Amino acid sequence: MALDKQTAAKREFKVVGTRPLRPDGVDKVTGKALYGADLTAPGMLVARILRSPHAHARIRAIDTSAAEAAPGVKAVVTAADFGAPADEAVRDVLVNCMAHDKALYDGHAVAAVAAISEAAAKAALKLIKVDYEVLPHVTDVDAAMKPGAPVIQPGRQAETVGTEVSENVTHYCEFGHGDLEAGFAKADHVIERSFKTEATHQGYIEPHACLASFASDGKADLWCCTQGQYMVRNLCSQIMGMEASQLRVTPSEIGGGFGGKTTVFIEPVALMLAKKSGRPVKIVMSRSEVLRATGPTCSSSMGVKIGMTKDGRITAGHAKLRYQGGAFPCGTVEFGAMAAFAAYDLDAVRTEGWNAMTNRPKQAAYRAPGAPMSIYGVESVVDELCQHFGLDPLDVRLKNAAKAGTKASYGVTFTDIGLSACLAKAKAHPHYTAPLKPGQGRGVSCGFWFNFGGDTCVTLNVNSDGTVSVTEGNPDIGGSRASIGMMAAEELGVTFDKVRTQVVDTASLGYNEVTDGSRVTFAVGLATIKAAQAAKKVMCQRAAKIWGIDEEAVVWEDGAARPSGPNAGQFPPMTLAEIAAVSSQTGGPIAGHHEVNADGAGVSFGVHLVDVEVDPETGATKVLRYTVFQDAGKAVHPSYVEGQMQGGAAQGIGWALNEEYIYGDDGKLQNPGFLDYRVPVASDLPMIDTVILEIPNPGHPYGVRGVGETSIVPPLAAIANAVSRAAGVRLTSLPMSPPRILAALDAAHPAAAAE
Amino acid sequence: MRFEVATSVADAVRLLAAEPGTARVLAGGTDVLVQLRSGMVEPALVVDIKRIAGMRDIVAEAGGFRIGAAVSGAELGEHAGVRAMWPGVVEAMELIGSTQVQGRATLAGNLCNASPAADSVPAMVAAEAVARVAGPDGERDVPVAAIPSGPGRTTLARGEFITSIFLPARPARSSDAYLRFIPRTEMDIAVCSAGVSLTLGADGTCTAARVALGAVAPTVVLVPEAGAALVGTTLGTEALDALAAACAAAAKPIDDKRGTVAFRKKVAGVLARRATIIAAERARAEA
Ligand SMILES: Cc1cc2nc3c(=O)[nH]c(=O)nc-3n(C[C@H](O)[C@H](O)[C@H](O)COP(=O)(O)OP(=O)(O)OC[C@H]3O[C@@H](n4cnc5c(N)ncnc54)[C@H](O)[C@@H]3O)c2cc1C
Repeated sequence: MALDKQTAAKREFKVVGTRPLRPDGVDKVTGKALYGADLTAPGMLVARILRSPHAHARIRAIDTSAAEAAPGVKAVVTAADFGAPADEAVRDVLVNCMAHDKALYDGHAVAAVAAISEAAAKAALKLIKVDYEVLPHVTDVDAAMKPGAPVIQPGRQAETVGTEVSENVTHYCEFGHGDLEAGFAKADHVIERSFKTEATHQGYIEPHACLASFASDGKADLWCCTQGQYMVRNLCSQIMGMEASQLRVTPSEIGGGFGGKTTVFIEPVALMLAKKSGRPVKIVMSRSEVLRATGPTCSSSMGVKIGMTKDGRITAGHAKLRYQGGAFPCGTVEFGAMAAFAAYDLDAVRTEGWNAMTNRPKQAAYRAPGAPMSIYGVESVVDELCQHFGLDPLDVRLKNAAKAGTKASYGVTFTDIGLSACLAKAKAHPHYTAPLKPGQGRGVSCGFWFNFGGDTCVTLNVNSDGTVSVTEGNPDIGGSRASIGMMAAEELGVTFDKVRTQVVDTASLGYNEVTDGSRVTFAVGLATIKAAQAAKKVMCQRAAKIWGIDEEAVVWEDGAARPSGPNAGQFPPMTLAEIAAVSSQTGGPIAGHHEVNADGAGVSFGVHLVDVEVDPETGATKVLRYTVFQDAGKAVHPSYVEGQMQGGAAQGIGWALNEEYIYGDDGKLQNPGFLDYRVPVASDLPMIDTVILEIPNPGHPYGVRGVGETSIVPPLAAIANAVSRAAGVRLTSLPMSPPRILAALDAAHPAAAAE
Repeated sequence: MRFEVATSVADAVRLLAAEPGTARVLAGGTDVLVQLRSGMVEPALVVDIKRIAGMRDIVAEAGGFRIGAAVSGAELGEHAGVRAMWPGVVEAMELIGSTQVQGRATLAGNLCNASPAADSVPAMVAAEAVARVAGPDGERDVPVAAIPSGPGRTTLARGEFITSIFLPARPARSSDAYLRFIPRTEMDIAVCSAGVSLTLGADGTCTAARVALGAVAPTVVLVPEAGAALVGTTLGTEALDALAAACAAAAKPIDDKRGTVAFRKKVAGVLARRATIIAAERARAEA
């Protein structure tokens, strides 16, 4: 049969690019959708987790006897109940779920109780006696890197790390090309600045929740709120020492993840309690547990040096990045180092990264992990150089922009990318030339993310009533069921309402990587299109059979099988519904499958433009206007693309202005709640305007690029640049909370401060 | 934990006085319930006072208003008389929480929760509001400023609770205003705050002024020097500078996760200055 040969760019879409209502919307707004905490089972127990009150302490002994004897208690677990998984990374996950010989951070789980009620479980927690030997702690990345710092875990250092730093430094990486010294020598001006960013949390509305059930024959079931049921299955089966097939994991609806639900925190504990008690066990985290003991992003300390000629050509760039990702080795700094200068076409560039362990929770992915911080540093220095030379910040970025053929600092050579197009669109946008009042400032920043494809599999069933069921394995966190269904409808030539997309459990479909890396619309979309093509092929075969002609003489066009030309014979076209209705007579049910390790995700660039006003008497920043420009390749459902662009901007604004993990001198987290961990509320933000660019990704049949992550990258620098211009002082530390801005203003204007 | 719904003031007093363990009055519950859920308090007894007759009434009295202890922020905000006379107290109360919280939260609860950052308290102190306290020894009237004794602590004795808050009558050309600083635009807690109540003479000269600051000390701070800086002036730059300096000097804040000493001292003055300007505009508009 003949499949579509037209290129993505020229393709006319019927469904893709429209804005149908999301299929999960009604359930969600009427409260019917089942989230992690909504699941129950007969005989279910409730579990609570005992957490370390110390930032760093040796656990000399745990006495659980009183708790075990307490009324209503059915099981108590500690690290002693678990074995040691062979894989080091899996072992780290386990140790993070349940402290072994040491409590590594404030909030680290040390024991758990399953009981017949929450009250009984809570009461039993108080009966557990933990004998702690409190150890010196360190939470700051620079302090943790110094020789002599308290060592979180000995023996975890990679060979690439030098000996001049603490044993906490686990990882060193380096990227780049060209002659830095010669580059800086060519510059008319060189600026070198130090930056700090605080750890932020993904801030998903839904706390982690799960329900585990263990049968006496060794089979287990787990329902949980996650970004990846297969990841949960693989981690938990290794931790529990069972075969993957014996553990079925079913994902619930998910109330946000943003990367934070790409690992496990409570699931192995629930499984072990279920195994020990023989009863289903449910765990729901509180908000304070989420903030203390799940995975925020890295905090960072950075040095960035950039040279520029007076006409705005960047001659060299060098970034030194120091990230901490909590009490375990963490490779996120590598992404930061690769991404830092991605927006620029440079002859001489180098990035270096160090990761240090601290007494903080194990970091988890957060939208474009590692990139927002390093790009914040680079984009801040570029802005300051623009100010120094009096150059237009968009012109300078256009002049230096990476394009097809540019060798990126991390080694790859870019193909078609949308950066210059985004910059040009921003320059031409009315926002860029709108007048500003005194006290206001405008900031610009580029952003970048790699995007990812990965292992994916999709089954598409054509039902005998002419409807289509798409079975996929990626929890829908951004409206992907709509986009996947739309691509299936497009490819099959049916309307969107004929397609229902389901996210299924681990026993119902082959392996899928987690919903991350902005991969789902790209990779699952690609697999869906290929599965639909496979189904079309079957339908063409069925039509050929009915017509009694050669399979090759049938084509699929406009939702129907047709004879490929006058020579093939004269038959009226058969629609999908018509072929499906008689499938039983022509060979049985019709389905298409596709299994792939998807390549060609296509990198993603964006440009953000923001206007702010700074109150010079209080240091308060008001975001006045915000516009996001981003290359989506092809926007399948434009509303959800816009939603991703707006959501990333909103989270980035929070990161830039108010969100931060605040640790006291005692190493305890001081703000484990949404009162003092300040995500922006609706009234803090203006409407975030969006401009979608569509530079087709050659790696996808419809040109799709992932859009979920790039949007959180530019806000940090865009806001910092706007605030610095509005306030007249350069801010180099995030968040730019009012006390920090006021202190910077007072330092810059001592006379006014004295008033 | 025992839960009781009091049917009269005497009933409530009897229940509260008889409890040997920790007892909590329940008004709107917007603090109590949060504290119960988080395990911060585990009281032996909770007494709901909302059903007591008169607790939800706002009554004109002696030219001012008596506000029942269970009147919610939303009800207060809808009362045209209180709004006109004490717009600063009303705006302070209305800043509390969200629409949902407004349907429940009370002035007396905000006062008795005794947070240094409570929003309505500086405005009530500037207004010279008086709390009526019922207890085993009968009734007494206590200036609002004398109720909190430290974070989470009040001067109320065992068995005592507040039945109403009284906002007194005002001379002509009087008004008030309240401002708080929060890093967000809503759903937040004051990093520092200022309530200002003042009266202007016929010629625009300030004849009386009271300034109170929140979140800069263990309890609300009345700053007589700040009020004095305004009296006798037409509220020009010099007077406002003196007011801000007096506020900065009177503020005894701490460094914490919400702000620094330097920030709170400076911004307390800034807010007092801005609140004064608003109160004066309102007072002039009144004339
Ligand atoms: C989401 C949210 C947002 C909030 N935002 C703010 C805010 O912006 N600003 C702010 O100041 N507060 C805020 N609060 C706190 C709270 O809403 C206020 O303090 C409110 O005024 C408390 O009133 P209530 O009637 O609900 O008190 P309750 O919770 O009923 O009681 C509070 C305390 O006072 C005691 N009490 C109550 N009434 C009496 C009485 N008549 N006599 C003696 N003792 C009494 C109680 O025993 C308890 O200790 C917020 C709370 C929430 C949940």
